[in-house]
Amino acid sequence: MQKVYGSAAEALDGVLFDGMLIAAGGFGLCGIPELLLEAIKEAGTKDLTFASNNAGVDDFGIGILLQTKQVKKMMSSYVGENAEFMRQYLSGELELEFNPQGTLAERMRAGGAGIPGFYTKTGYGTQVAEGKEVKTFPTGPDGAEEHYILENGIFADLSIVKAWKADTTGNAIFRKTARNFNPPAAMCGKVCVLEVEEIVEPGELEPDHIHLPSIYVHRVVQGAHEKRIEQRTVRSKEDA
Amino acid sequence: MAGESKGWDRNQMAARAADELEDGWYVNLGIGIPTLVANYVGDKDITLQSENGMLGMGPFPIEGEEDPDLINAGKQTITELRRTSYFDSATSFGMIRGGKIAAAILGAMEVAENGDLANWMIPGKLVKGMGGAMDLVAGVGRVVVVMDHTNKHGESKLLKECTLPLTGTGVVDRIITNLGVLDVVEGGLRIVELADGVTEEELRAATDATIV
Repeated sequence: MQKVYGSAAEALDGVLFDGMLIAAGGFGLCGIPELLLEAIKEAGTKDLTFASNNAGVDDFGIGILLQTKQVKKMMSSYVGENAEFMRQYLSGELELEFNPQGTLAERMRAGGAGIPGFYTKTGYGTQVAEGKEVKTFPTGPDGAEEHYILENGIFADLSIVKAWKADTTGNAIFRKTARNFNPPAAMCGKVCVLEVEEIVEPGELEPDHIHLPSIYVHRVVQGAHEKRIEQRTVRSKEDA
Repeated sequence: MAGESKGWDRNQMAARAADELEDGWYVNLGIGIPTLVANYVGDKDITLQSENGMLGMGPFPIEGEEDPDLINAGKQTITELRRTSYFDSATSFGMIRGGKIAAAILGAMEVAENGDLANWMIPGKLVKGMGGAMDLVAGVGRVVVVMDHTNKHGESKLLKECTLPLTGTGVVDRIITNLGVLDVVEGGLRIVELADGVTEEELRAATDATIV
């Protein structure tokens, strides 16, 4: 089965439709599927809901789809650093569903693992718990009952993720903290499109070192990445 | 800035917070004063977790060695250590929610006498989101808050009840402020320690929460 596509646009051909739910990998601007986001912008698909930890910045990441008003709703844990996002949100053009970061990651993982709901302590007694089922479990000290809230798995129409390297079958390896939301996002989509910095032949990646097994990956595309740094912090040589 | 010049400064608060950490602990530090805690751990073997998927967080890189694939939860470029490991976000919050992280040191807007914490949103102001704060306070072994005792209007940030939307209920174990150290105990807050030059009367006068 051929999974390798020649461009991000080709890799997305036939899988985009208006009103769809897309799970996207990345944390801040680190490890985001920048080529696929650009291709979605070019495709002009509208009314998108994104499950993504962040919303990019004004001119990079999901931010470019906010500029073109292609996004209807964000499911995120943190959306600072984006003026256009705030403008659309405050004017009511954009829906926002805040998810605690770990709850968002677990919702993706659960969806990918066939788990439609799970109970978590996170958010109990806060705004996040409003309207959600509460259940107690004897998990406290000496079997004391503790409160948990029901969260749902995310079942996305499409996953767009970014890895460092993949082989032509889709086995993927991430690099450093660019892994972040990419594996759980990859798992929870009906179709997963992966962009990488380098595609290699099967056998070139050590099987024990695969982070994301090929079964989760349906399409792969290689391209040049800008990999923008959001906050460049350094120390002087003298301090080192 | 009434009250804020009294007692410990930011670095002294961070140094005091570092005393909370025990050799061998895995710890998550929040943004702001908590980040400074890393400068004061001394010889203790502390492994810092960054919730975007890293254990063993190193210092900022030397100029020219920044790596866009290597950032902390504040999106700053950082470095790795010999002990570093990387993992995905679901695994990262699995270790947080699962109680594997011994302690989190966090900033706060308000703490209530029952341990309720508010540190993620002010209604009517720009809401950026809770990030990983709700997961951290719900899951880690011990939650230590480091913050100024009073806000910029001189009002206590240690309250009988939080007025802002909560991050977690009954989650705070210890509070370190510029005026001293307080524990959340049955019935209210207990004074553990006074900052240099601060009297118990002064701390009590600056505190709305019940002190037992």
